Amino acid sequence: MTPSKPRVGLFITCLVDMFRPTVGFSAVKLLEEAGCEVDVPMDQTCCGQPAFNSGDNASARKVARPLINMFADYDYVVAPSGSCAGMIKKHFPELFADDPLMAEKVQALSDKTYELVSFLTDIMKVDGVPAEFDGKVTYHDSCSGLRELGVKEQPRKLLNSIKGLEIAELGEPESCCGFGGTFCVKYPEISGKMVGDKTRDITQTGAKTLLAGDLGCLMNMAGKLAREGSKVEVRHVAEVLADMTMAAPPITGKEGE
Amino acid sequence: MNVSTSPKFKENVHDALRDESLQRALGRLKSGFQVNRANAISKMPEFEALRDQARDIKNHTLENLDHYLLKFEENVKANGGHVHWCADAAEAREVVAKICRDKDAKSVLKGKSMISEEIGLNDFLEKQDLKVVETDLGEYIIQLRHEPPSHIIAPAIHVHKEQVAESFRETHKGRDPNRSLVEPRELLDEARDVMREHFFAADVGITGANFLIAETGSSVIVTNEGNGDLTQTLSRVHIAIASLEKVVPTLEDASSILRVLARSATGQEMSSYTTFSTGPRRSDDLDGPEEYHVILLDNGRSNMLGTEFQDMLRCIRCAACMNHCPVYGAVGGHAYGWVYPGPMGSVLSPSLIGVDEAGHLPNASTFCGKCEEVCPMRIPLPKMMRHWREREFEKHLSPASFRYGIKTWAFFASKPKLYRTVTGIASKVLSKMSRGKGRIAKLPLAGGWTDMRDFPAPEGKTFKQLWAEKQSGKGGSK
Repeated sequence: MTPSKPRVGLFITCLVDMFRPTVGFSAVKLLEEAGCEVDVPMDQTCCGQPAFNSGDNASARKVARPLINMFADYDYVVAPSGSCAGMIKKHFPELFADDPLMAEKVQALSDKTYELVSFLTDIMKVDGVPAEFDGKVTYHDSCSGLRELGVKEQPRKLLNSIKGLEIAELGEPESCCGFGGTFCVKYPEISGKMVGDKTRDITQTGAKTLLAGDLGCLMNMAGKLAREGSKVEVRHVAEVLADMTMAAPPITGKEGE
Repeated sequence: MNVSTSPKFKENVHDALRDESLQRALGRLKSGFQVNRANAISKMPEFEALRDQARDIKNHTLENLDHYLLKFEENVKANGGHVHWCADAAEAREVVAKICRDKDAKSVLKGKSMISEEIGLNDFLEKQDLKVVETDLGEYIIQLRHEPPSHIIAPAIHVHKEQVAESFRETHKGRDPNRSLVEPRELLDEARDVMREHFFAADVGITGANFLIAETGSSVIVTNEGNGDLTQTLSRVHIAIASLEKVVPTLEDASSILRVLARSATGQEMSSYTTFSTGPRRSDDLDGPEEYHVILLDNGRSNMLGTEFQDMLRCIRCAACMNHCPVYGAVGGHAYGWVYPGPMGSVLSPSLIGVDEAGHLPNASTFCGKCEEVCPMRIPLPKMMRHWREREFEKHLSPASFRYGIKTWAFFASKPKLYRTVTGIASKVLSKMSRGKGRIAKLPLAGGWTDMRDFPAPEGKTFKQLWAEKQSGKGGSK
């Protein structure tokens, strides 16, 4: 008798839902190939982070509360984002710290929530993917995934399993790209300086493709690269791991189109 | 208290980003402080355990602050020193002025002290006709330039050596106008030579304190130039100014924290000089001041006790947070507009000068978490910046348009069906606006984004729309 498949509730994230569905389908494919049964609760919206980081905890709770029930019955909750997974795993317990009725449920959700790539390697014990990719990529460590969830080696491990793919590390892979959610529009000049430093670093690697695990950071860096007329293509790491780069053009499209 | 320009943070940032000289100077943070700290820590496998220990020592002290402060006072007095409890900056300044008057002092020497910046001491003393000389080289340089420090351990980090030479030529009269002031060594020698005259003439020496030790009644300073020692031993009177949270229970506790301090700050194992001052000169001492005073300054600290900001009182002013902060690295210290820049300042300044004054600072963070990663005292700096944002939101200090935006977003995000419809339309519209190019160069109401970079266009349909289509195609929908 084979053990039943773990049931994963996919937390799509609001940015992937609206801007880059291909990341969602890549996540589904990777999870299914890893032996999971994937379900997508259709009433999910956002993790509440924009409100939480703006100091509006009441709004954050209002957005977060339905999720806690919606995902209660899955074995795992997985998000293709270190930032949103970090919000649920690390910050939901803080957000509901004064609500004893919610505490247990929130902790249970926190315990079973993971960022996609680290879930594949650390929980599902995936150590390689059957994808193909030809060329040199570079990888940006998004801050929340890196510092809140310890996502560092996992994406590199899976990327290195892809034949033909070579990783050219950034000079400063752990430096923030300057996205920071609402920060990038509240303090555009600082954000612009930070992402400019980042794109210089990206260009210096000589990589053709930039990958990362968080769409917010990717949109920021892709937007800057496009503004600079760079030919570097930007994708979510899941698209490459799932071998779905044919499903959509790179973020901000191809230069010259 | 020093006047802040924190409300003008955005203008300060604008100027800082266009200041080529500053930008060149900020480049030194990475090659200097960051690399040195990383090297020092890589040689110390127990560093993480030491951080825990340091945090625990301070937490214990803060939980029993009254006890240790009283014990400290008792021991200072037993050693023949004086303790002055001051509630705010004005009281502290007045105590210093009175001591200077009582001793008929003409000149005051200063060791590097952020607390004296906090209370605006130099300006105040100069108005009392006292000659004030900063003895730390960096502080001396910015004193000559009439500037505040831009960094808490490297106050003149924004200044280039050519600018230092310029200030020296202007100030140090009576020297050979053709002398060479090119190499750092030459600048250092000249500063040392000038300083020596001041040291011998000093009436009152004022220092800060890195620690106050309750069990011995000692104040401790760490320096790399030795100027602090001379300031406090050669002057007739030594005044140490320290905020309340500088106290630790024992010598042993101070040495534990010293092990993480210099490594986090400059990457040294220890600073060149660690100086313990315990009371005035005794009859058989070879040197030392005739009088020893400690000013215990509250200035807002006790208001932080028992609040979500108490952890900030663990700060030992090592500057690791600002040395590693991408925002500090982009704009430098002056942009923050008050005494304490960088992440520690973004948490501390609102406590000390009010969140209505310093409200930008805790907002100007991406929450990248690097500051917390390097803080030797494990202060959860991003979390506390978020707490300030909560206070601002509660007090309606955040801009109305921003508050309205968040509330509107929360309204939609808590109505799943409506949310699906609206995001579906938005995806489609934005996708059309890109005219198949995958990006939008200018977007109404999103100037904050598109002034700096293109806006990536959505693929067209939302994931949920596509997922629903796929599920119904399979003949079974969720």
